Parts: sequence; structure tokens; C-alpha cells
Amino acid sequence: MSTLTRYSAVPYTGPAPTNRLPYVPANGEAIARRQAELAAHIAFPYVRPEDKQDLPTFIVERERIVEVLRALHDDPELQFTMPLDLFCVDYPKRKKEGRFEIIYQLYSLKNNERIRLKVHANEEQPVPSSYPLFKGFDWFEREAFDLFGVRFEGHPNLRRILTHEAFQGHALRKDYDPAQRWILTEKDVAVLVPVVTQTPQDSEFEQVTLNLGPSHPATHGTLRIAVTLDGETIIGAATEIGYLHRCFEKMAETHTYQQVIPFTDRLNYMSAIINNVGYCMAVEKLLGVEAPPRAQHIRLMLSEFMRIADHLVCIGTNLVDMGALTNFWYLFQPREEIYGLVEACCGARLLPSYTRIGGLAVDVPSNFMEMAQSLVKSIPRYIDDVDKLISRNRIFHERVKGISPISAQDAINFGFTGPCLRACGVPHDIRKTNPYLGYETYDFDVPIAEGGDTYARYLVRMEEMRQSLRILQQAIDRGLPEGPVIIDDPYIALPPKEKVYNEMESLIYHFKLIMHGIQPPVGETYFQVEGGNGELGFYIVSDGTKNPYRVRVRPPCFAIYQAFTQMITGQTIPDAVAALGSLNIIAGELDR
Amino acid sequence: MAIDKLDSPQSIIGRKTGQLPGQEADKGLITLPGESRREMPGDDNLGGGVITTKLDTLINWARGNSLWPLPFGTACCAIEFMSMVSSHYDIARFGAEVVRFSPRQSDLLIVAGTIVDKIAPVLKKIYEQMPEPKYVIAMGACATSGGFYRVYHVVQGIDEIIPVDIWVPGCPPTPEGLMYGILKLKEKIERGEVNR
Repeated sequence: MSTLTRYSAVPYTGPAPTNRLPYVPANGEAIARRQAELAAHIAFPYVRPEDKQDLPTFIVERERIVEVLRALHDDPELQFTMPLDLFCVDYPKRKKEGRFEIIYQLYSLKNNERIRLKVHANEEQPVPSSYPLFKGFDWFEREAFDLFGVRFEGHPNLRRILTHEAFQGHALRKDYDPAQRWILTEKDVAVLVPVVTQTPQDSEFEQVTLNLGPSHPATHGTLRIAVTLDGETIIGAATEIGYLHRCFEKMAETHTYQQVIPFTDRLNYMSAIINNVGYCMAVEKLLGVEAPPRAQHIRLMLSEFMRIADHLVCIGTNLVDMGALTNFWYLFQPREEIYGLVEACCGARLLPSYTRIGGLAVDVPSNFMEMAQSLVKSIPRYIDDVDKLISRNRIFHERVKGISPISAQDAINFGFTGPCLRACGVPHDIRKTNPYLGYETYDFDVPIAEGGDTYARYLVRMEEMRQSLRILQQAIDRGLPEGPVIIDDPYIALPPKEKVYNEMESLIYHFKLIMHGIQPPVGETYFQVEGGNGELGFYIVSDGTKNPYRVRVRPPCFAIYQAFTQMITGQTIPDAVAALGSLNIIAGELDR
Repeated sequence: MAIDKLDSPQSIIGRKTGQLPGQEADKGLITLPGESRREMPGDDNLGGGVITTKLDTLINWARGNSLWPLPFGTACCAIEFMSMVSSHYDIARFGAEVVRFSPRQSDLLIVAGTIVDKIAPVLKKIYEQMPEPKYVIAMGACATSGGFYRVYHVVQGIDEIIPVDIWVPGCPPTPEGLMYGILKLKEKIERGEVNR
């Protein structure tokens, strides 16, 4: 039961709804100070700072963007070497400066700092491509071209990426009808030609081009890879994605803030609650509110359980690809039990949509902590069993050691985050660098491995599950804080049902919230959480109405999968399959 | 006691017209579904261990009990399909555990997940590659109707492209739900119904 107090027969006398007020970031002064420092440091004439942003933000002249990016990348003090995100927001009414606002977000591992750059353009004005500098922006630029029609000058392969070949128009423009479909027939499907990047050996084998997917047992979902083989060695590869492009970002624009939550579930469906938490916390940041301590504690615990479930599926299916089916049965059992816990909380298993903006949908059952404790006790047994079967298994070692490696420098340049980056020896974890939900108060380690190969990724995931269990044990020991699970604000959270049926004011608040939705202040914000695969960020632009103006999700898989063609070149097909499984590419998150 | 209704799936063994289930099962007499009203030939002449039935009924009974599914898993539903196959739910109890990823080797296409316009030609091709007889289960809201993705890149139900035998509701359906769908398909096959 919810324990809300403010919904009484006395009319609400708190602050008025925040409709159409500008968004003011919580630590605005510190950001403004840092922004001024950075502006003085960069000292470019064609860069001007933008006010009232939640990150240091600069508006850059269109032609100069690559120059600025390079300066930020090369500067020994700043070292903004990691490309986080590149996306576009469409403002059709802005005639003078151009309708598109292209937003670049970079991250500096050295200073643990983020920076945001904005470029304005219209349909005719091309933006210089940052591709050779940041390899990680390759697909992001293609995506902006596909969905908005922004042209990137100098991009080597600027073609559609998420929508299909027969698609007309640019779907995320504001003037595109959300329901307008275009039918693809088989004759329109483009041939995928791999680019041969390695010189073939002088052998008697002829070169063969082989297509894998989009329906293939090894691709776990809907990925398509074409490889050119010289004998057994892959000498060129190409990937095609978009086979699960479910238009999350367009759907978010046509629904209210609360209604977007079920769509976030279906991004990374292996760890749905982490997505829920990320989205809700982004909106909460925009609203300037915080969930009650009890809700935060439950969010943290379920996030960690979901991380374990995510890694269990990843390792299990990866081992199936290598022929070790037993582990799959072993690892799916604890996952079922974790879903049993989630089901006890909210009635749904895989895609719970459990969080709400401002807290949780319902309180947990009274024996939640006991159930969690028994899970935390039982899960290590399954992990240890798999450890015994696999970790000293010679066949396994020969299948994974040194296979599909990526160097730390390349990984950063591609925008890797999460376990795949940590497998390259970079100890980067959002839970440590930008703690949320009180992660800073928990004692846990960030596992890293050397080599960046399939084996390293396996080791990191195995150890991360143990660290998650460690966090969970501490959370259980601390006990669940008392109190409500949702914020006490009638403009954000629905009143409890029994009050809606019995009190006039609650009925009105309920009606208003359902019909008019949550109306956050006007502005934009970005919030990131550590998802199962890396940095999962939500960028929300609000225009003060009940629907988000733009919701951008920063999908970790999208950045990681770009590097796949490079990683498998020089390897064999079975190794490529093992590497693909170890990257844990989730199609729902990749294609959104 | 006469059995005049079509037998339910679990009653294949040991049922004979006009007899309680299990009677004379020791003689090896088996009556297949749809056969309840038929008189069995004289047991004395033929002895135990003899089945008389229509060939179609026998074949349909066998087909219904050994479905070889091809999971066309695109999204979240595929994870629940994996749950159904794995140890906790174990679809092997119903004879449908031989998961084949080649359309040439399977007779049940389980479309698990959202089908978008980009993958629609692939789904059609895979369906066409399957040998007859073939059956299709649309698993989940997206495969059934597009679900809540009423948007520019999503097929609004796979019956736009291929015929469907069983629709399983849910987003995603629970493993029990999908199992129930498979059992319903089994009943349908044993009745000899085919959607073409």
C-alpha cells in the first residue's frame, strides 16, 4: 500500500505546476564556472557557451566543428577522447539558424568530465563529418542522416542505417507522420558487400562471400553480417542493422512522460528495470525531484538483480554458441528465480515497467528482503558450477583466448562503455564515476581484465555478477528504509486509488494527471546509468507540454557493435560467432 | 460409459468406444482422437497390439506430438521462448524441444518478437522455405497486431505477410502462455485443421 499523506480533503496549497517554466539545473553555478574555465581554455572565436544547461555546453559554428572536436580530443589537459553520443533535434520553426540542432557529447576519462557541443544546420547545409577522428561517430552520423536528413560531408558511407532501403523521407523530423509506413519487398533489398580490408594470403582457396543472418542461430536476434572469406579466414566484413527498429524515439514523442516507461523496458529487454530507472531518473532530474529513499533502495536492488540476469543470459548463450549447452541450463535457472522476485513485486516477469516517475508503481511484498536474501545465497552456487565447468576447460580456453581482441585505445575511440570497455583494462563504471541511487555508499570493486578479447569479456562479466551480489548483500544488511515508495506530489504521482474513489481533490488530481500528464519545465537534460552493456543515457528535451519534445536514448550496444567488423577481420567464422556472443548485442537496444 | 466427445489430447492411449479410459489398454488397444465413435474390429480375430484408424488421423497425431519449432526470435519474446525451452519450463515434455534454425528442417514457425518492415521480406522467405505441412504461431502482441508500436517501421501483425494458426497474447507472453499455444496448435493439428 502506498502511504501518501498529502492527498487529503484539504486542497493542495503547495507550489503551482511547473508548466512552461525554464529548467534550472540543480548545480547550475558549478557548471557555469566550469563552462567559463573551459571557454577560456579552448579560446576559439567560433565557440560560444550556452546558459542553463546541465553540462558545460558550447554552440559551435558548423564549419568548425571538426576543428573543435580535434582540439578537445588532443588537448593534454582535457582529453575528451571518448565519443559518447551524436544526435539531432528538429526545430522546424527555427528558420534563421537552421532547423536541426546536432548535439555532440564527449567524455574525458582523465577528468571524468562530460562536454556538450551543439551545431545548427538546415536541410541544405552539410556538417563536416567527424568520422576519421572519432570512429565511434560513424553510425551515429548515419543515424542522424537516416532519421533527420542531416548531411555529413566527408562521411565514407552515408546511407540509411535503421530504416529500410525503400523508406522515403526522414522519420524523426517533426513533420513526418508517425504512422506513415513504406513497404519493403524482396527485390528492393540491397546486397551487402563486405569491404575487404586484409590482403588475402596466397593460397589455392577462392574468396567466398558468406551472408549470416538476419535469421541465424548465432546472431541472437536480428543482426546481419556479410563476410568475405579467404579459405577460413575473414578478410572483410560488413554489418547491417535496423531489423528491429521499433521507433522508440518517435513513439516517445507521441506519448506522455509516464506512457514512455513501457517503451523503455523494451530497449534492453534483458535488464528492463535498469532502463526504467534510467528514464525515470532523467525525467526526475528535469523535474528537480528525487524518489523517496525506500524507492531508491528497491531500484538499486532490482537494478543489480537485473544486471546479474543480463550477464547470466549473455554468458549462457555465448557458451551455447561454443557448444557448451549444459551451462545454458545452469545459468537460466537463477535467472528464472530472479524473475520470480520481480514477479512478486509487480506481477510481470521480463518487462515489468515497475518504476514510475517519482518512485515505484507499488510497494514490494513484505517478504521482499527474505526472498532477496535467499536469492543472494543461492545464485553463487550456479555461478560456481559454471566456473568449475568452464574456467579450466581447455576447449573453452582455446576458443576464447586471444580471439577478437580490441585495444583500449580503439575501444575508447569507438565509444565502448561497460563490461566490454572494462575487458580492455579501462576501469570505467558509471556507478563509480557518476554515482546515482547511493552507489557511492556501497563497497564494491570494478573488475577489469587485460587483452580485450572474448575471454576477458567473459571474465569481467563473471566477476561483475559477484560484485553485484556483494552490493546486494550490503543492501540487504542495511534493510529497507520505511516510508512511501512514490513521491508525495500530486502533479507528478497519481493519488492512491481508495482516495480517488472517496475524495474530490484526489479525483481531480487523478483526472488532471491522466489527461494533462506531467508537465516538466522547458529545457533539456541528460542522465546516464550503468546499464548491463554500458552507459545507458537518456537525453530529454521538454517544451513544457505533456509529451516529451524529444527523447534520445544513448544505446551502449550501438557504439560497441560498430567495432565488430574490425574485430572479426582476420579471425574465423566460429570465432566471430563467439565474439558476437561475448559483446552481448541486444537488438532492441541496438536498433531501438 | 460412452465417450461421444472428441478426446482431449492426453487421452490418446487406452481409450476405446464405449469404454472407460484405460480399459483393455493391456491388450494394446489404442483409439486415436476423432475415432471415438468408430467400432473397433473384433479383437478376437486380430489380437492385441493392433491399431485401426484412418491414416490421416495417425499422421496428424504423430505430427501434433513432434513439432519441430523454428524460433524466428527478433525481440523480447525470444527471451521468453528461451525460458520455455530451458530447464525450468521444459517444452520437451510436450515433444516440441527439437529447436531447428533451418526452415528446411522445421514445421512450426514461432514468430517471437516485433516484425518490422525491414525484416518482413526475410520472414516471408523463411516461411516459403519451410516444407509442408507447416504451422505458424504468432507469439506476443507485436507479432499479432504490432502491439503498441503503431508506427512508421513496424508491421501491424504478421498476418499481413503469412498465414497464422495460433495467436498467443501477452507482451511478452509468459512461458506458460506459449506452452498453452503450442498445446492448442497440437489439438488443432490432431483435428486435421490447416490454415492455408
